[in-house]
Amino acid sequence: MNIKIQNLTKRYGAQKAVDDISFEVKTGEILGFLGPNGAGKTTTMKMITNYLEVHEGDIIIDGKSIKGHAGTLKRHIGYLPEHNPLYTEMSVLDYLKFCAALQQVPKGSIPDRIREMVRVCGLDREKHKNIGELSKGYRQRVGLAQAMIHDPEILILDEPTTGLDPNQIVEIRDLIRQIGRQKTVILSTHILPEVEATCDRILIINRGKIVADGTSATLRKQAQGQEVLRVRIEEGDHEGIYAALQNLYTTQLVDVIDADTNFYEIQSVTDMSSKYEVFKLCVANGWILTEMTPFETKLEDIFRDLTLN
Amino acid sequence: MNPILTITKRELASFFDSLIAYIMLVIFLGFCGFFTWMFGSDIFMRGQADLYVFFSWAYLLLFLFIPALTMRLLAEEKRVGTIELLLTKAVSDRQLVIGKFLSCWLLIIIALAFTLPYYFTVATLGNIDHGAIWCGYLGLILMSAAHIAIGLFASSITNNQIVAFLLALVIGGLFQYIFGFVSGAMPGFLGEVLNYLDFNSHFSSMARGVIDTKDVVYFLSVTALGLLLTEVSIGRLRA
Repeated sequence: MNIKIQNLTKRYGAQKAVDDISFEVKTGEILGFLGPNGAGKTTTMKMITNYLEVHEGDIIIDGKSIKGHAGTLKRHIGYLPEHNPLYTEMSVLDYLKFCAALQQVPKGSIPDRIREMVRVCGLDREKHKNIGELSKGYRQRVGLAQAMIHDPEILILDEPTTGLDPNQIVEIRDLIRQIGRQKTVILSTHILPEVEATCDRILIINRGKIVADGTSATLRKQAQGQEVLRVRIEEGDHEGIYAALQNLYTTQLVDVIDADTNFYEIQSVTDMSSKYEVFKLCVANGWILTEMTPFETKLEDIFRDLTLN
Repeated sequence: MNPILTITKRELASFFDSLIAYIMLVIFLGFCGFFTWMFGSDIFMRGQADLYVFFSWAYLLLFLFIPALTMRLLAEEKRVGTIELLLTKAVSDRQLVIGKFLSCWLLIIIALAFTLPYYFTVATLGNIDHGAIWCGYLGLILMSAAHIAIGLFASSITNNQIVAFLLALVIGGLFQYIFGFVSGAMPGFLGEVLNYLDFNSHFSSMARGVIDTKDVVYFLSVTALGLLLTEVSIGRLRA
C-alpha cells in the first residue's frame, strides 16, 4: 500500500510540530525517518497511525484519505509506539492473542500467527512469562510482535531497535528488511548507521520541515559535490609531487596533510574524477602509490549540516 | 470476535488476575451479609419477607465500590501509554468505552448474583413478592450502570487513579445524595429538577417493587450520557 502525505501540518498552540510536509512511500520501500529530538518524527507517525487527528493537509493510504476511512485503514497498519507501552500484567501469549483479536485476525489463524511471531521475534523461551518480568530487549520484541501480528501492509516503527543488544539489532534489521520487500515500512531512529543499513530511502526532518529526501548515496552526493581523494605517495620528492598533482587537469585543489610522508588531499573539479590521472602520473614518474582513499562524507556530517542551524 | 467483546474479556480477565475482583466480591458480600442479616435493624426486624434492607445497603455499598473499580480503567491506560496502542488498532473510541463499561457491569452483576441465596432464604421464611425482588435487582443493576458510566468518565479525564476515584465519588455523590438533599430545601421548578436527577427517587420505588419505564429510561439516559462524555474526552486525546 502506498502512503501519500500531502501538506501535512500539525500545530500545538502557536508552535508547529509538523510544518507543511509532503512525501510519498511506495510498497516495497523502507523509509528511514531521521531528525533531532522534537523534529516532528513521532508526531507525523502518530498521524499516519491515526492516533492524532489530521487537521491540515491529508494522508492518503491506498488511494483513501485517512480522514474518512480510519476504521478500515487501521486494520492494515502495524504500529510500534515510541516508548513501547505494554500491559505488564499480561503474559506474552495472552497479550499477542488480545492484539490479534483486536486487529480482526480470523479466529482460526490466530494460533498460527502467534506461533509465527514468537518464532520470528525469538520469544519462545519467554512466551509464558508476564510482560512485566521481561527485560527491555524482550519487551521491544513483544512490541514488534504485536505490531506485526496481523501481517499488516504498512508497518510504522518508532525507534524499533532501542534497548536491543547488538545481535538482536542485527536480527531485527534483517527482519525489517525482509518485511520491507513486500510491505511499506516507515521507521524512525537516531542511530545513523541503522538507517544506512536498513532503509532504501532517508527523510531528514528538522523543526517540522523536510530538509533532505533521498537514498544515502544521493544525500552524500548532494552534500558533497566534488570527489575528495586522500593520496599517499612514497619514494619521491615532496615539492615535485605536489607541483605535479596540482598540474593535473582534473584537480582543483591539493592540500598537504603531511609533507614528510607525502600525504595529500585532492579535491577534483566538479563531476570529474582524479583517480586515473593520479595513478598514471605515478606510473610515468616511477613513484610508489601506497594509498588512495576516496573520502566519503559521513551521514553524521550530512545530518549535522542539515539540522544544526 | 467483536472488538467490544475482546476488550470486555480482557478487562474482566484483568479484574480477576489482579485480584481486584476477588477482593471486591469478598468485601462487598461481607458487608452486604453483615448489614442484611446481623446488624441493627436487620432483615428479621422488618416483619416482612422482602429484601428491602439488602437493597438499601447494596445501594450505598455499590456507590462506594464502583469508583474503585472504574478508576483504573482509562486513567492507567493514559498514564502508561497503552491507550495509544488501543486507539491505533481496529477499535473505535466508542467500542473501547463500551467494552470497558461492559466488563465492569458484568463484574457487578456477578457480585449481585452471589446475593441470590438471600432471596432463596427469605423465600423459605415467608410469603415473598417475587416480582418485587427482581424489580429491586433490576434497580441495582441499572443504578450500577449509571455509576460505572460516571466512574469511567472520571477515569477518562485524568491519568491519576486517585483523582479518578475521588472525582467519581463526588459526581456519584451528587446524584446519589446531594441532589435529593438539596431538592428538599428548594422550592418550585429547580427543586423538581433536582429531585428528578436524584438517584434515590428513582431507585427507592424500584426497591419497593414498583417498576416504571420513566425510572428505567432515567438510569439508561444517565449511563448513555456518561459514556458519551467519556468518548468525547478520549477523542480530545487525538486533538
